[in-house]
Amino acid sequence: MSNAAKNMSADEELVFSRPDSLIDRATHYCPGCHHGVAHRMVAELLDEMDLARNTLAVSSIGCSVFLYNYVDVDTVEAPHGRAPAVATGVKRGRPDKFVFAYQGDGDLASIGMAEIIHAANRGERISIVFVNNTVYGMTGGQMAPTTLIGQKTTTCPGGRCKDREGAPIRMAELLSGLGGVAFSARGSLDSVKNIRQAKKYMRQAFEVQTKGLGFGFVELLSACPTNWHMNPLAANARIAAEMIPYFPLGVYKDVAADGTCGSLAGGEK
Amino acid sequence: MAGKDRLFVKGNEAVALGALAAGCKCFFGYPITPQNDIPEFMSKALVEAGGAFVQAESEVAASNMLLGAGAAGVRAMTSSSSPGLSLKQEAISYMAGSEIPAVIVNMSRGGPGLGDIGPSQGDYFQSTRGGGHGDYRLFVLAPSGAQEAYDMTYEAFDLAFAFRNPVLILGDAIVGQMKEPITPRPPRKDDPAEGLDWRLEGFEKGSRKNRIIKSLFLNDGELAGQNKHLQAKYETWKKLVRAESFDTDDAELVVVAFGSIGRIAKNAVRNLRAKGKKVGLFRPKTLYPFPAAQLERLAKAGKRFLTIEHNLGQMVEDVRLSVRKHGDSDLFCVYPGNMPSPDDFEAPILKALGRK
Repeated sequence: MSNAAKNMSADEELVFSRPDSLIDRATHYCPGCHHGVAHRMVAELLDEMDLARNTLAVSSIGCSVFLYNYVDVDTVEAPHGRAPAVATGVKRGRPDKFVFAYQGDGDLASIGMAEIIHAANRGERISIVFVNNTVYGMTGGQMAPTTLIGQKTTTCPGGRCKDREGAPIRMAELLSGLGGVAFSARGSLDSVKNIRQAKKYMRQAFEVQTKGLGFGFVELLSACPTNWHMNPLAANARIAAEMIPYFPLGVYKDVAADGTCGSLAGGEK
Repeated sequence: MAGKDRLFVKGNEAVALGALAAGCKCFFGYPITPQNDIPEFMSKALVEAGGAFVQAESEVAASNMLLGAGAAGVRAMTSSSSPGLSLKQEAISYMAGSEIPAVIVNMSRGGPGLGDIGPSQGDYFQSTRGGGHGDYRLFVLAPSGAQEAYDMTYEAFDLAFAFRNPVLILGDAIVGQMKEPITPRPPRKDDPAEGLDWRLEGFEKGSRKNRIIKSLFLNDGELAGQNKHLQAKYETWKKLVRAESFDTDDAELVVVAFGSIGRIAKNAVRNLRAKGKKVGLFRPKTLYPFPAAQLERLAKAGKRFLTIEHNLGQMVEDVRLSVRKHGDSDLFCVYPGNMPSPDDFEAPILKALGRK
């Protein structure tokens, strides 16, 4: 029983509580960071889908390396970018288990690009939660492969320039073109409406694994107020104003829905 | 075992057969000469045995897959050759740091860089000093032929799980490509992963805390404690040193050589014995832990040493450290790129024998 439930009086009704799979511990994340929301979403789905007891998780390098301090499942820590390869090893060794990895954008789309592409292409029966906040957070706000054009970071102090640093990489779209991917979608954590939609996407990214359909991927647009040098409200507003126009929300591939394998689907369905 | 049960196989195939007999369940590989027989063999035999074979996108990915399978308590292995081992070092450091068991095979080739595809022992330092970042060691076994490649691979899995540490088999192009008869062992029937109290396996909520396999220790004193724990573990390996001694009892000069070179040197020693020369051979089979105490005893007995290596002088540092209170070791290097015969070793052995 949660502390909230224990402290209730007789005439009170508990309408909101901590998911069983979320450890009762204050996170170390900065104010306005969305990792807490994403962690909770993972924990809620593990409970709702009755997966928790059979789940093995892979955490990766960055602020969210401490996933194991908050999500109550057996977890191995992967080297930077290698979570999809580590998850491949876990799943191939224990195909009876539900295996997910949780990665940030520097981890997944830069140093780990080879691992994510090939795990996806092989159709590994794993699910990837991809938190995209357009910066390297833990190391202090350096440019990521998802940093927007014009966005200033500590390693592109004049703002990202397409001719110099290339354009931000759209991972949900890129992965949707690979044959082994069963589900790829992008949600956002900036509003209640978008959070609810993102949770549906995460559920589908988990379900394609439990149904044995293939590789599941969900990208979550997230705020990093500290490294964006914004307050949490302004950071949320930035997601809607700047990120979503470049990183459109929606399902990019859903084999379960369209019955296809290898088709290219774009945008919201 | 009767002769009909013996198999005539390459050293690489012996590695694969040893792994299968030891209950290996996953293999993660990537093509590189001269070890390709191992993944090719496993892609068929391991899958037929109900295991998983993955040709990874890179050596980096293969070793990280190994990390994942090991974290789940699954007997798994990877194999490669020198340039590939360089790429695997990241995950090897993580596996050592987070105490994940794994078996890694290096059928080494000439370096540095792309080098060649012939035999070399140029990876001795990389193998015995850790290889990647941080203070850690691998348990390193050095076979000199197909039977040892089979036996050592078989035993490597038990060592890896007993110590929760990566175990490295360091062979070379000679060991991997040479075809010899081997006597196989009966395959393991039990599941050695059952009952491991550290592996990732999932749990009923509230029945225990979540298991965390990690190498990140940020809190005050944690990392120092982990390093102390690892060093203490490595110390316990010292009782497991192995070496072959051949004609060392009355030898004035002991040749120290490992792996394929140890075998070639043994022939040279045998030929010189036939000519009445008092020479012997000491062949370390474990490179880490290194059989230092045995060498020290030989040095204390007044013997002199010649280290012969297929590199520019790497193991000789361990030999000199072992015998330093009583003497020294001469060094004869076979340069990677050259293939030695026993005859090539006679002149340097006689030179060292004659130097009082």
